[in-house]
Amino acid sequence: MKKRLFIWLVALLPVTGFAAGGAAVHLDEMTPDLSDKASLQNGMKLFTNYCMGCHSLEYQRYSRAAEDLGIPQDLVEDNLIFSEDLAFNDQMRIAMQEGDAETWFGAAPPDLTLEARLRGTDWIYTYLRTFYKDPERPLGVNNKVFPLVGMPNALEPLQGVQEQVCSETDKPVPGHEPDPLTGKYQSCDVLQVTQPGELEPEEFDQAVYDLTNFLAYVGEPSKLQAQSLGPKVLIFIFIFGVIAYLLKREYWRDIH
Amino acid sequence: MGNPNRAKAEKGVMRWIDDRFPATQMWEDHLAKYYAPKNFNFWYFFGSLALLVLVNQILTGVWLTMSYNPSAEGAFASVEYIMRDVEFGWLIRYMHSTGATAFFVVIYLHMFRALLYGSYKAPRELVWIFGMTIYLALMAEAFMGYLLPWGQMSYWGAQVIISLFSAIPVVGADLTQWIRGDFLISGITLNRFFALHVVALPIVILGLVVLHILALHEVGSNNPDGVDIKAKKDETGKPLDGIPFHPYYTVKDIVGVAVFLFVFCVVIFYFPEGGGYFIEKPNFEPSDPLKTPDHIAPVWYFTPFYAMLRAITFSLFGLDSKFLGVMVMGAAIAILFVLPWLDKSPVLSMRYKGWMSKVMLALFAVSFVVLGVLGVLPSTPGRTVVAQVSTAVYFAFFLLMPIYTRLEKTKPVPERVTG
Repeated sequence: MKKRLFIWLVALLPVTGFAAGGAAVHLDEMTPDLSDKASLQNGMKLFTNYCMGCHSLEYQRYSRAAEDLGIPQDLVEDNLIFSEDLAFNDQMRIAMQEGDAETWFGAAPPDLTLEARLRGTDWIYTYLRTFYKDPERPLGVNNKVFPLVGMPNALEPLQGVQEQVCSETDKPVPGHEPDPLTGKYQSCDVLQVTQPGELEPEEFDQAVYDLTNFLAYVGEPSKLQAQSLGPKVLIFIFIFGVIAYLLKREYWRDIH
Repeated sequence: MGNPNRAKAEKGVMRWIDDRFPATQMWEDHLAKYYAPKNFNFWYFFGSLALLVLVNQILTGVWLTMSYNPSAEGAFASVEYIMRDVEFGWLIRYMHSTGATAFFVVIYLHMFRALLYGSYKAPRELVWIFGMTIYLALMAEAFMGYLLPWGQMSYWGAQVIISLFSAIPVVGADLTQWIRGDFLISGITLNRFFALHVVALPIVILGLVVLHILALHEVGSNNPDGVDIKAKKDETGKPLDGIPFHPYYTVKDIVGVAVFLFVFCVVIFYFPEGGGYFIEKPNFEPSDPLKTPDHIAPVWYFTPFYAMLRAITFSLFGLDSKFLGVMVMGAAIAILFVLPWLDKSPVLSMRYKGWMSKVMLALFAVSFVVLGVLGVLPSTPGRTVVAQVSTAVYFAFFLLMPIYTRLEKTKPVPERVTG
C-alpha cells in the first residue's frame, strides 16, 4: 500500500515541478508580527544603520515610531538619528539628493515607507537574503528576486559574502527529480555563504525578519490602532444588532 | 403615543412649522403613512443600505477633503499624511475606500433584486431609469475618485479609461485631450477630477436619489410576489397587505444596518486593501508617467465591462476592434435603460415567470460574475473566448427577452401577497 502511494507521488512530481516552474521566483514566506516589539525595535535599528544611508522613510516620523515601538526619546535621539538637520518629530528623511543618487547608482534609491505594501513582506524578506557575488555587475553583486539590481548588498557585513554554487538543496528544482535516498535535489542555483559575516545564517535570517517586520509596521502604522479599536467596534455593533433584532421582533409581533 | 405633551407640541411648534412648511405631511407621506408590502425579504435591505453608504461617503469625503491636496506634487503625500498624521485619518480614509466597494456591492444586489422581482416593469419604469442614472453617475464618481490618491494604478487606470474615448472616430483624439485638459494625464486632470468628484457628481447623485425615491413613493414599492397591494384596501383606504414604512421597516432595516456594518467594519479594520482588489498594490507607489505597471486592472466593480472591452478582438464593418469594444461596453450599460420595454411578461416576479426567464436570469448572473473575474486577470486566448461567450450571454439575456417572456407559460399570480 505504502509502495503504491510512493509510486503515485513520484509519478506526480514532474507535474508539481512543472507547475512551480511557471512562477517567476520562489519567495520565502514572511508573516509580520506587530506585537513583537523587540523585533520591531531591532528592525528600526538595522534600518537606520544599514539602509538609511540611501533610503528614506519620508512619511514616517521618528517620534511616531518611537511611541509605537516603545523606544524612549533620548535613545532615539542618541542612537537612531544621525543627521544634525533632523529632530525627533521629523520624518525619517535622508541627506542624499535625488540627482546625485541617479548619477551614482543609475536610479535614485526609492523611498521605502510603503515598500512592504507595494511589494509585500515575502518579497522584501527574500530579496534581502538572495544577494550573491557576481563580478560582472558594477557593484559586484546580483540578486535572485531582482536580477541586475543596482543596489549593493548593504547587509554584507552581517551576512558575509554569498555565492551561487552547485550543491544539494531541500527546495524542489523544476525539471529535476530528488535523490531517492536523501530526498534532496542537485542544483547549481544554491546560495551559500562562502565568507562568514558577523552573524550566523540563522541569526541573519532573524535580522532580516526584524527589518522586514519594521518595514511592515512603517507601511501601515495605523494597523496597530486598527487592531486595538477593531474588536471594540465589532462587539458594539454585535450588541447593537442583537438589541435591534429584539426591537424588530417586538414591533413585528402584530404583523401576520 | 398617549403623551399629552405631544399633542401640545403639535399645537405649538409643529403647528407653527406645518403652517409654513409641510414637515408633518412629508414625514407621513414618505415614512409614517407610506404603506410598503409586508412581505419584503432579504433582497429588500439593499436600498436603505445604499442610502447609508451614500451618507458614509459624503461624510468621510468631507473630512478627507479637509486634509487632501489636489495637486500632482502633493496628492500622494497628502493621502499618507491623512493615513498617519491626521487624527483617525486612517479610519476615515478606509471608511471611504471600503465604502466605494460597499456601494457597488449593495447597488449590484439592489439591481439584481429589481431583475428578480420585475421592479423595473410598469408602473415603475421611471424608478428604474432614475436608478440606472444613479448607477451611471456612481461609476463616473468612483472612476474620478480613484485618480485622486495619485498612485500608479490611479494614473494608469485613468489612462486606460480616458484613452477609450480616443477610439471614437474623427473626434476621438481631440476629445481625450479635452477630458484630460492636457496632452497627458497631469495635475490639471487631477484638479478637474477632484472638482467633479467632490462637488459636481455628488450633487447630481443626491438629486437623482431624491428623484428615485419620489418616483418610488408615487407608485409604491413592488414586492417578491409582484402583486399590486393597492388593489385590495380596507375601509379606511389602507392597503390590506401594506404596513407603514415607519416603524416596521425602519426597525427592520436597522437590523440589516447592524449586519452590514459588522461586515463593513471587519473589512475596514482587518482587510482594508481587500486582498489588492479594493486598494491595488501598485497604488502604494506615486504615479509615474514614464513607468507603466506590468498589469493594469481596473477596480473590481468595473471589471465585467472591462472584460467585455477586451473580448472584442476583431474588426467588423470597417470599425476597428477598440472602437467596437467601446461600443459593446457602452451598449452593455445602455441596454439596461430600455429593460422595462424588453420584458413582455404579464407577470412581474420571477416566482411566477416560466423556466426560460429563470434560466436566462441565472445565465446572466453567471456571465456577469465570470466577466468580473476575467476582468482582473491578464488575458489569454482561452480567457478571451470565455469572455466572448459571456458577453454574448449577457446581451442574449436582454435581446432575447421580448421573445422568451412572450413564449413562456407563466404561473397564476395570487391576489394577495404570500408572505
